[in-house]
Amino acid sequence: MTTLAINNLNVTFSTEAGPLHALKNVTFDIPENRIVGIVGESGCGKSTLINAILGLLADNGTVDDGSILFEGADELTTLSASRMRDLRGPRISTVFQDPMGALNPVISVGRQMINIQYRSDLSKEEKTQRAIDMLELVRIPDARAALGRYPHQFSGGMKQRIAIAMALMMEPALLIADEPTTALDATLEVTTIELLKDLQQEIGCSVMFISHHLGVIAELCDDVVVMYAGEVVERGTTRQIFQNPRHPYTARLLECDPARQSERTRHLPTIPGEIPDLRARPPGCIFANRCHRVQPACTAPPPDAVIVDGHIARCFVANEPTEVGGIA
Amino acid sequence: MLTYFVKRLGLAAVIVSVAMFLLFCMIYLIPGDPASVALGPRATEEMRAALREKMGLNQPVILQFWNFYVGAWTGDLGEEVLSGRPVMTVVLEQLPFTLALIAGGITWSVALGIPLGCWAAVSRGSTADRIVGILSVAVIAVPSFVIAIYALLIFAVQLRWLPAIGAGEPGNLGDQLTHLILPSLAVGLGWVGYIARMVRASMLEVLEASHIRTARAFGLPDRMITYRYALSIAILPTVTLLGVGIGQMLSSAVFAEIVFARPGVGKLVYDAILTRNFPVVTGTVLVTTVLFVLLNLVADLIIGALDPRVRSSF
Ligand SMILES: Nc1ncnc2c1ncn2[C@@H]1O[C@H](COP(=O)(O)OP(=O)(O)OP(=O)(O)O)[C@@H](O)[C@H]1O
Ligand SMILES: [Mg+2]
Repeated sequence: MTTLAINNLNVTFSTEAGPLHALKNVTFDIPENRIVGIVGESGCGKSTLINAILGLLADNGTVDDGSILFEGADELTTLSASRMRDLRGPRISTVFQDPMGALNPVISVGRQMINIQYRSDLSKEEKTQRAIDMLELVRIPDARAALGRYPHQFSGGMKQRIAIAMALMMEPALLIADEPTTALDATLEVTTIELLKDLQQEIGCSVMFISHHLGVIAELCDDVVVMYAGEVVERGTTRQIFQNPRHPYTARLLECDPARQSERTRHLPTIPGEIPDLRARPPGCIFANRCHRVQPACTAPPPDAVIVDGHIARCFVANEPTEVGGIA
Repeated sequence: MLTYFVKRLGLAAVIVSVAMFLLFCMIYLIPGDPASVALGPRATEEMRAALREKMGLNQPVILQFWNFYVGAWTGDLGEEVLSGRPVMTVVLEQLPFTLALIAGGITWSVALGIPLGCWAAVSRGSTADRIVGILSVAVIAVPSFVIAIYALLIFAVQLRWLPAIGAGEPGNLGDQLTHLILPSLAVGLGWVGYIARMVRASMLEVLEASHIRTARAFGLPDRMITYRYALSIAILPTVTLLGVGIGQMLSSAVFAEIVFARPGVGKLVYDAILTRNFPVVTGTVLVTTVLFVLLNLVADLIIGALDPRVRSSF
């Protein structure tokens, strides 16, 4: 079964300067028990995607078109507010991007962890014990005492791990993690990623993992979705994306990954040009103005070309051999 | 915590000292001889000289200030000109009435202002929000003595729902409370507007914070999010505002006490000014200054109790 099936999703924000088409024809699946990585530059619509799934878009944002089907049963774009609230937390839980601000500053960590279990029939002691167990799992020292403390008494990395503990405590069917390791140093990042993978297997949930860190994505994820300016430009298994990128943007992104640079390189290669203004999308390919393989045909909307089953690139030249392919 | 408290008390002492200095200067600069004012036009020159001597008016200014200053800190605010009773006793007799009035004013303003502000923020842009906005500005704009007079005319004279004058029968708590309703409304109504606006603004800000999004993402009930997660933070600037607002409430209390013929330090100072009873004026102003400073300290301690971030910086 597919945990989350997103089909042709479009999201628009109304702004003073006109409508901003933040997500355009986004399609991808999160299969059961798999970890799907979402990569893309800042501003490409990753957080918007999460908010659309959770029904938490800002007041000026609307889903114009498309569907988000959860566990084959709940259509999230039209779900009632109360049913959506019942899913948020126990079925779909989220670790947000901003670890510093993600916890309430005037409520103790323990209280917050007990509050989110408000639907459960467990006694207060059992809820407390669950909170302690979770904090211990994410290696918060002296977990029992930590429950009585407030967010400002923890470091950024600890707060991030507390946020992860809170999300996993719900034992959701889908865990959404928006750059959950940004505030962590390299060693802690590795342990947290391993922990996340262990817990995912233990709980048996699907994960939507957002990161701009390609190394982490390659390490953790089964599938990868590459986003650019609000569109899914390429998706496939991690192996397909990393070994055989077919969209010129994916290829460039891989080339620019700092981890792939030999030590002698002084300047990181970057993709020249800028993301187009999402208020005035070009009618054709969104990446055309920065693309090194641009064709005359690219002024028309590109098709979602199927490379092999499950590996799809929104590009005219996706099925032509690339000069970059096969970086190991 | 203790060092913080000691520091704040020290600061309070400095503020009170400065207030004393200013007060002394003002009294000293008022034209006319306090002794002749006190004794009236028919007094002889010898009587005036004797009183001047007794009041210490022949001493050098610095010494006069010093005596005043040391006296005030030891609770000696001088004596009432006519009856000769200690000013401190007179003021402290009246103080509970004014404290009750201000407590009533705060109760009104908090009990109405916080829910209204919250409601306006949660239903932002709606008709309810707009009505609350207009009402807030209206009650802020109308001076409290006008509110006092109209409250008196409508509820006491016309409708006869509530008593018009006095502070109620001594010892009868219920009667005293019914006597408190209208005057405290007059003192607090303007603050309903301030607080509603303040709470609305800070609620809107807090509701945008990412921890509120986290709370929503865990599907917490809206009520828990609004009151427990958002309001408990949005309330903090209001507490600070109220601490400062006590000063303005004290001056509204003067009007309310006069209009409703209630005892209290406002009425006391008003009468004292009319009769040129300067020691009472000075004493009352000084006591209310100390009161103001102390209530501000209380507001800060409340903030500390509500906000763990502030608490750990104590
Ligand atoms: N409430 C809003 N009103 C108008 N525009 C918005 C709003 N929220 C997001 N946007 C726009 O939508 C686009 C996508 O933003 P989003 O926050 O989803 O990016 P992101 O991929 O999460 O970026 P980052 O990696 O920096 O977090 C951006 O162009 C942003 O300016
Ligand atoms: Mg984001």
